[in-house]
Amino acid sequence: MHEMGIAKQIIEIATSSIPAGMEDIPVERVNLKVGKLSSVVPDSLRFCFEILSKDTPLAGAELNIEEIPVVARCMECNIEWTTNKPVFVCKKCKSGSIKIISGQELDVVSIEVADPDTT
Amino acid sequence: MEIKVIRKVLDVNNTMAEQNRKMFAEKEVFVLNVMSSPGSGKTTILEKTLPYMIPEIKSAVIVGDICTTNDANRLAKTGVSVVQINTDEFGGDCHLAAHVVEKAAGNLDLDAIDLLIVENVGNLVCPAEFDIGEDAKIVVLSVTEGEDKPVKYPLMFRVCDAAILNKIDLLPYLDYNREEVLNNIRQVHPGMPVFELSAKTGDGFRPWIEWLRQRIAQK
Repeated sequence: MHEMGIAKQIIEIATSSIPAGMEDIPVERVNLKVGKLSSVVPDSLRFCFEILSKDTPLAGAELNIEEIPVVARCMECNIEWTTNKPVFVCKKCKSGSIKIISGQELDVVSIEVADPDTT
Repeated sequence: MEIKVIRKVLDVNNTMAEQNRKMFAEKEVFVLNVMSSPGSGKTTILEKTLPYMIPEIKSAVIVGDICTTNDANRLAKTGVSVVQINTDEFGGDCHLAAHVVEKAAGNLDLDAIDLLIVENVGNLVCPAEFDIGEDAKIVVLSVTEGEDKPVKYPLMFRVCDAAILNKIDLLPYLDYNREEVLNNIRQVHPGMPVFELSAKTGDGFRPWIEWLRQRIAQK
């Protein structure tokens, strides 16, 4: 819902990660991890990113989004499982003491720039 | 050539939230983040809750809405200090972020209060993602909203410490399945306390007030 604000943050983080001296080298891709439990919609994010990145060092860069599945771990019996449903009760021992191991990410993992030797 | 970044997009907000948390701890203020969809009854619940708190627990409220000062006007009648944030000044944000709460808190005398309630923008999606430096989060659900709300908005129900099921005075007029909503909450967040009450009649308020007092005392 607030993908514009998120896209703006991504552009700031990615821009500040460009090493000194490489400001003229095009950024080709920004790699993100977005967890399935987060409220960010990947297509909306790409749309907002495209608009906001014009006239920045990230103009034309692809937003590569790896969607991370929701993995839960039972704190009683230690089993882990991937879930598509919002059910957080242990399949094995029925405990409600669950930790979400993955699925809430909203991270900038890396940026890919054109190889400096070829530009 | 790949350059590793490894940063959370919400880093900026999270850092500010931690700063808020530290500030509120230093000032010994318990902060409660109240969230729900629009119209669940957050403001009415707070209108009824605050008289149980004051004068022993000195309280203040920060209210977030996209537009209008209606909620702040209502809550000011309880006698507490209220600061209204209108997010349309920031572009119409659908949630309160840590820096906005920090700015609003600057308008309050934190040395003179024990409890700060933040009434978030009515929205079951985005506020769940934004840490504002609070000690506890609660979600309000009303019986006119559908029993499946907890499974439709699992993130909100997982991040909150307790839920209030409001408008129970309307149950005789509805085909509401109380067991179903409690079961759905149990599936998404086992062990989550649920306070069934009516902000209109005051029915069921005692356990909610007890829980809140206990949490404040524990800080």
